Amino acid sequence: MQKFQQEYNMIISHKKILIIDYKSGNLFSVNQALTNIGLNVLISSNADDIASADAIVLPGVGAFGDAMNNLHNFNLVQPIKQFVESGKPFLGICLGLQLLFTESEEFGYTKGLNLVKGKVKRFNMNNNAGENRKIPQIAWNKINRINDNTWDNTPLQGIKDGEFMYFVHSFYVEPEEPVALSETNYDGQTYVSSIQKKNIFACQFHPEKSAQEGLQIYKTWASINNLI
Amino acid sequence: MKTIRIIPRLDIKGPNLVKGIHLEGLRVLGKPEDFARYYYENGADELFFQDTVASLYDRNSLHEIITKTAKEIFIPLTVGGGLRTIDDIKNVLRAGADKVAINTAAIKNPQFIREASLKFGSSTIVIAIEAIRGSDGRYLAFTDNGREYSGLEVVSWARKAEELGAGEIVITSVDKEGTGEGYDLELIRSISEAVSIPVIAHGGASTPVDVVRAIQFGKADAVAIASILHYSVMQSFGSISSDYKEEGNISFLNSGKIPKKITPSSLKEIREALIHAEIPTRI
Repeated sequence: MQKFQQEYNMIISHKKILIIDYKSGNLFSVNQALTNIGLNVLISSNADDIASADAIVLPGVGAFGDAMNNLHNFNLVQPIKQFVESGKPFLGICLGLQLLFTESEEFGYTKGLNLVKGKVKRFNMNNNAGENRKIPQIAWNKINRINDNTWDNTPLQGIKDGEFMYFVHSFYVEPEEPVALSETNYDGQTYVSSIQKKNIFACQFHPEKSAQEGLQIYKTWASINNLI
Repeated sequence: MKTIRIIPRLDIKGPNLVKGIHLEGLRVLGKPEDFARYYYENGADELFFQDTVASLYDRNSLHEIITKTAKEIFIPLTVGGGLRTIDDIKNVLRAGADKVAINTAAIKNPQFIREASLKFGSSTIVIAIEAIRGSDGRYLAFTDNGREYSGLEVVSWARKAEELGAGEIVITSVDKEGTGEGYDLELIRSISEAVSIPVIAHGGASTPVDVVRAIQFGKADAVAIASILHYSVMQSFGSISSDYKEEGNISFLNSGKIPKKITPSSLKEIREALIHAEIPTRI
């Protein structure tokens, strides 16, 4: 039994990784991916669990306004902001990236968490050639370095410039502070596809659905934050 | 850039992977888990599972297959077949699906699309359209594997599905499905040009060139492929060794004969054909 316990401890981290459940999307695949790389994952919508977590993950699909309403209804806005201020690792995925921003253009303007200055915008209906742009983007697409920035000591370390990741979204972020880590071009529109701001890492793509390279990003995120 | 997705489509009956012609006459090809893992390891962009008899039997075996697959495969999984209620969708998402494909329930009650897309997000809801060309040249939408006529014309139905919140459309040509006669390019193009959500073409591929045509002429955003991939996998597995559950028609497994018009092709060969045609693709 003792031997089993030792082996078990080696595989599963003791650090508590909390996936915030605010009824905006399916948490199965994120949970599956984080568990697969050896993290100890808890799913909760309880503010106390956020405060006591070692790291939090904010996933999400669907509409920005609905998601913000849900965060307010679950009384999670302040706990999330306090958690981010504490300096502990925060990971946002897809809508979980967009919610960090000041505001979204969806239905006029909807206020976000304002942890990152900037806006969330919708893809234009037409591309540069004047053709109908398919929205949402549901596709594998490249994540590229911006100018000569390096991905060293970020969750993208070890990922090759131009690696393909899986995207599903109609809106994209436009930061007004220097947080961009990668950019992506969808049918003529270049936009920021991942950001890092101090303890926040967030991406528009879905690492949990981006095969081994996606899992690699979660592993690097966990390892540079000493979570595994 | 805009990359095209290559989506192996796995038709499931009970515990088995099956393949029919015109969605009928299903033959057992093997175990879905084996094929799913093989496609994942060989660069599939996504997987599409269709429960072929869900409306007739219970679907526990499909849930088991999905759960097992979702634990080891980290690409999007779409599941369709017999999903009629919000709870059905919830259960299949809980089993590990990322998206659901809905046909009959949406046709019977179009508001179901709105309800489901509000609840789970548009990008989770794929509307499956099974089209048969009528004698007057119009394409009509069918349900129950092409057995029941719905009374709807496909282009207007696709537009309506988009309006109600569908995130994607998979268009199957029942006339071409399983035949290896090539995609119905006119059908695919008419849908793709009518909506601004992504369209997945399905039914009829006999060679990688057919896939290229579905994209270049059909304007598809993604392609769902079954026969040519499955038969290629079966060739590369060598002999079919397994304990198939005694369910379904296994005569193919014993004979090893591949339908005449099907050219077994690997994911790699299909991707190479796309690259040759300068169609952006992953990898």
